[in-house]
Formats: sequence, C-alpha cells, structure tokens
Amino acid sequence: MSDVLEIKDLHVEIEGKPILRGVNLKLTKGETHALMGPNGSGKSTLGLVIMGHPNYEVTQGDILLNGESILEMGADERARAGIFMAFQRPMAIPGVKMADFLRHATTNVRNPERKEGEDLIPMREFRKEVKEKMSQLQMDPEFARRYVNDGFSGGEMKRAEILQLAMLQPSFAILDETDSGLDADAVRLASQSINEIGHGKMGLLVITHHDKLLAHNPPEYTHVILGGKIVETGGKELAEELHEKGYERIREQYPDAAAVNDGEEVVAT
Amino acid sequence: MTTATTEKMTFTDEGFQSLLSSITEPAWLTDQRKTAWNNFNDLPWPSNKDEEWMRTDIRLFKLDKFALGGSAATAASENVLADGVEVAASLKFQNGQCTVGQTLDQKWIDKGVIFGNLAELANEHGELIEKYLNKLVEPSIDRFSALHAATWTSGTFLYVPRNVIIEQPFHTSAVMSDGGCDFGHTLVVIEEGGEATLLAESASDAPESSGLHCGAIEVYVADRANLRYVNLQDWSQKVWHFAHQKSTVGRDANLQWTVGALGSRLAKVNQHVDLTGEGAQSHVNGVMFTENKQHLSYHTLQRHVAPHCISDFLYKAALQDSSRTVWRGMIAVDKDAQKTDGFQRNDNLLLSAKARADSIPGLEILADDVRCTHGSTSGRVDEELIFYAMARGFTRKEAIRAIVIGFFQQVFDRVTIPSVRDALGDAIARRVREYE
Repeated sequence: MSDVLEIKDLHVEIEGKPILRGVNLKLTKGETHALMGPNGSGKSTLGLVIMGHPNYEVTQGDILLNGESILEMGADERARAGIFMAFQRPMAIPGVKMADFLRHATTNVRNPERKEGEDLIPMREFRKEVKEKMSQLQMDPEFARRYVNDGFSGGEMKRAEILQLAMLQPSFAILDETDSGLDADAVRLASQSINEIGHGKMGLLVITHHDKLLAHNPPEYTHVILGGKIVETGGKELAEELHEKGYERIREQYPDAAAVNDGEEVVAT
Repeated sequence: MTTATTEKMTFTDEGFQSLLSSITEPAWLTDQRKTAWNNFNDLPWPSNKDEEWMRTDIRLFKLDKFALGGSAATAASENVLADGVEVAASLKFQNGQCTVGQTLDQKWIDKGVIFGNLAELANEHGELIEKYLNKLVEPSIDRFSALHAATWTSGTFLYVPRNVIIEQPFHTSAVMSDGGCDFGHTLVVIEEGGEATLLAESASDAPESSGLHCGAIEVYVADRANLRYVNLQDWSQKVWHFAHQKSTVGRDANLQWTVGALGSRLAKVNQHVDLTGEGAQSHVNGVMFTENKQHLSYHTLQRHVAPHCISDFLYKAALQDSSRTVWRGMIAVDKDAQKTDGFQRNDNLLLSAKARADSIPGLEILADDVRCTHGSTSGRVDEELIFYAMARGFTRKEAIRAIVIGFFQQVFDRVTIPSVRDALGDAIARRVREYE
C-alpha cells in the first residue's frame, strides 16, 4: 500500500538550466496539498518530474514512495506504482480510441505485474465501469469511441483527464490546472468530481490558479513555490490569501527567490 | 495454356523459345509474347538517370540469378486476409504454379462468373481474355513490363458479368520459395452493374527465401460496377518486386483498392487508376511498413478523364531501421474532366533516425473547375505522446505500438472489410519493435 510520497531536497535541470532548487514536500495518502506560485516558478516541472518525464534531469535530492526512491523508474512503472498526473495540456493520440486506451491503461495499472501481450481486463466488465464513471462526469457515451484527445475542446480534455483519474484510482495524483480553460459550470463539475473521486482518499497535489477547485477540495496544506523553491507552507487560508491578494507579499518577503524566479522568466522568453 | 516442363529456363532467346514450346495457348497470346520479348530485348534496364528511378537503385538486381519454371514451393500459402471468412472461391500459387483451393459454386458458373488460372482460361475463354489482356498495362512501358508480358505463366482471372453481384470475396494467395519466380498476371473484369471483392495476398515460405516477382495487374470496372480489391504483399526481404498495376473505372462505378506493402527487398510499383466515366470513384488506401534495409517505391497516378469523378488516394508508411520509402503521387486532370474532386495524401512515420521517406506529390491539371488537394508529412514519433501513454501505465513499447497503429487507423477506417482491417492491423502490430 502506497502511503507516503516524499520529495527531498529536489534539484532539477532541463538542458543544463536549473528549474527546481531544493524542493521538500511530504504528501500522505488522503491529504490534499495545494501547490501555488507565479508563472515560471516550477509548479508544472515538479509535477512532471514526479511523473518521470525524461527531459528533466534530477541533479540532487530524491523522490521517495514509501521510503523507496522512484528516480530510476520510468513513467510507466510510476503509474503502476500508483502515481498519476492530470496534464495541463494532454496529448492527442490520433487513431487510438479513448476506450481502448483506457482499457489498456486500467489493466496495466491494476495489474502492475502484467507482461506485454497478456490479457486485458474483460471488455464487459470494463465497459460497465467506464459507462458509470462517464455518466458521473456527464460525458456523452460517444466520447469513448473518439480518438484520445483528438479534436477535443479544452473542457473535454480536462474531463477526459478526470475520467482517467477515476478509472486508474491512483494513490497519489498531481492535478495540473485541471480547472483551467473551463467555463464556470465546467469548473464546478470538475471540482465536484475530483472531490468525489479523490478528495480524502488519494494524496492530491493540486496546481491551480482558481479558488473553486480548492473550495470543493479544501487543502490541508498550501505550498508556495517561487524561483524553484517552496518558500512558504501554510493551511488553506494561505491559498485564500494568494487568491485574493496575489503574490506581492510573497515576493517582498522572499526577494532572493523572487529574483531567481524573475530571472527564469527572462531566460524563458 | 498448360506448362509441360519443369526444366529451368533462362531469360535468353533460347530460354524464351523453350518456354514457348512448353506451353499450349492461342496463337494471339503467343504473338503477344513474341512482341513483348522483342520489346524486352530492345529496351534498356531503367537507370538512375530516369526520373522515375532516380531514388531506386536496381544495380544489384541480376535477372540471370533467376529462372523460369522453378520448383514448386512446399510451404502452404498464407491466408490472413480471408481468415474466418467464407469465400466464393480461391486460388493458390506456389512459385507461380496455380492450384484451385475452394471451387466456385455452380450457381455462379451458371450466371457466367469466371474465376481461375488466367493461363488455363486463356484457352477456354480466349476471345474474352484477348479483349482485355495487356491492354491497360502495355508490354512496352519498360523492360519489366515487357519481360512480364513475354514470360508470365500463370495468374488470376476474375470475370463478373453484367449485373451479377457476389457478396462473398474471392481469395488468392501466392507463396514463393528460395530462388523462386512469380510472374503472375491478374486480370479482373467487372461488367456493367456487377459487384465483387477480390482479396489477394502473397508471401515467401521463409524469411531467408530470395525471389523475383515481376507482375502486372489489370482491372476493368465498367459502368455502375463496384469492386473492392485488396493486395497484401508480405514477401521476404530478399525478394525483388516489380509491378505495373492499372485500372479503369467507368461511369458511376466504384473501385476501392487497398494495398498492404510489407515485404520485399526492393519494390517498384506503378499504380495507375483512370477515371473514364462520368461520376466514377476510386478510393485507394495504402499501408507500408518497412524495416532493415527494405526499399519500397510506389508511384501512383490518378487520372481524371471524365468530369464529376472522385479520386482519393491515401498512403501511410512507417519506417524502421535504415529502410526507405519513395512515394510519388500524381493527380492528372484532363481538359474535359471538370468538377473533379482529386485528393492525395502520404504520411510517413519515421521510427528510426536512419530511415528515410521521400514523398513527391504532384498535380497536372488542364481543366479549370476542379477541387484537388495533395499533401504529405514525414516525422518521428512524438516523445511527448510516448510519455503521455507511459504516464498511463503503458510500457514504452506498448505506447509506440499504440501510436503506430493509431497512425494507420485513418487508413483502416477507410477499409470496409473487417477481416482485411484485422489482418493489416495484426501485421503491423507484429512489426513494431523497440524504438530508440
């Protein structure tokens, strides 16, 4: 049983450029953590590194799942170990039907020892389950027959990500702006669904700019990341403060990190 | 025509004479052969100075390594296209020698349907066959077409009379053994209002078997007729494959032609569809999957002769290792072919840094009121796609396989025969290996 995901003094570079500069974070299953920060602070990077994106190089520190390092594991092994990421910009896979993709993914994640070519979960069982989950998310059944994210609207993509979260039932999920690009109704639906599917059950690391998602999924902890470092950790009132007032206080209080963050932004553009 | 000898015959005047004396056939056919043999002797081998052969090097091809009338293959021929499908009739070819598999039901014979070995049927239905044979693919096109027309000894003849509609597909499978030759000729005639499906596949008996296929396909789809035609070639990577394939499609007629090109060391195929009757339609679906040092060169021509016709050619290729594909497509629209809809597309997925795909689309339009589009793409598998699938628990190999099969899905979506879709999908899934 995966219970604790721990990030220890994590330093990460991409193409020789440092992005994360010593991140510490401990996420216990059942807890919700909000990860907030201005653009370029390293929020998405942290999510992608936890998931195992090959472009990022960990130069120092570790990521531990129940005390075991996962740094040497590929993204597929991490997924099978119970880690999930809902992507900010999910990829389209033309020609691959949502249902086939999900069935394969669900099989692999539920049977982590499955070898390539071994049977997938029975079609009937899978169909029943996916149909239930889709109706919960108010998704048209036709959705399952469409190609993965191919020609999806922003809202459809985000809902498809939540559907995958619902099917894969990970222990830990990183939600990278799963509420962005949606209208008010869609944000409410997404927030409620995440609450039903994961809040209080999974360890959630929520990256968001909006307050709606966190209002439905109140975080035990809020982390503020700036210049590749977590500079402050608080409760849900910290998230509320940042939503209301922005990052001005944080920048003033942590001028060094703010300078790094702004430097990064200059380099990035 | 019947072949009497199993002696090896070489591609010399002497060999040609002994081929002629070994077969019994109508005089017009022998005359055709003689003219074609003269063409063969007169024409040079194509060289890389010819625009069409610039990218396809055949200097290592030596005809004298092969002989006509090679020994029959011992291996059973494949049946992947019609797996689990009840066929109307079937033929099997082993190194070009034909045997009948499933015979045609008497009720179809009574209606005038003809299906069998072209060489034998040339004696029985000489007048009919003479009208069509070597009229679309002229022996004088190049040295390969001449060689084929002079020395072919077996093939498929399918004739569907006026308004006869056959639901069950016809099936042919050809197998070549080491050093084998297959000069098969396919002649399909669907008369006005007729409908049929022909599934043709070819393979080698072993991965190490060398061979030569020098073939021709002629397909006549008359007014209001409908033909679904599938070619799947999965020869060994030691087989030379040269072919001219041409079809003519009449008024309001429909040709759906699916090509699966997986095998051969080097393939040079010219595929040509003429839309000759108003409202004719032709959909061509091509799937290529190459590996090692394979070289597959497909030259397609979709020619609009009559107005209001639709042609839609889609070729997709995935390339592994240092394999190479050449696709050269042309939409030609004659002056009178107004209101033409002509589409051609070629997409290539490079699965290795050493693979190379050349894509040369072209348009020659003489009419002024047409809608023609062409396009091509070549690229590698997007690593972000692989990561996305892996983040969902797919292994890297599973992710690539899913992406590659998805890449071809657009072609499969156009194939209306489930057994063919499955066969092509399986063949491709088997080929996908580790991807660096």
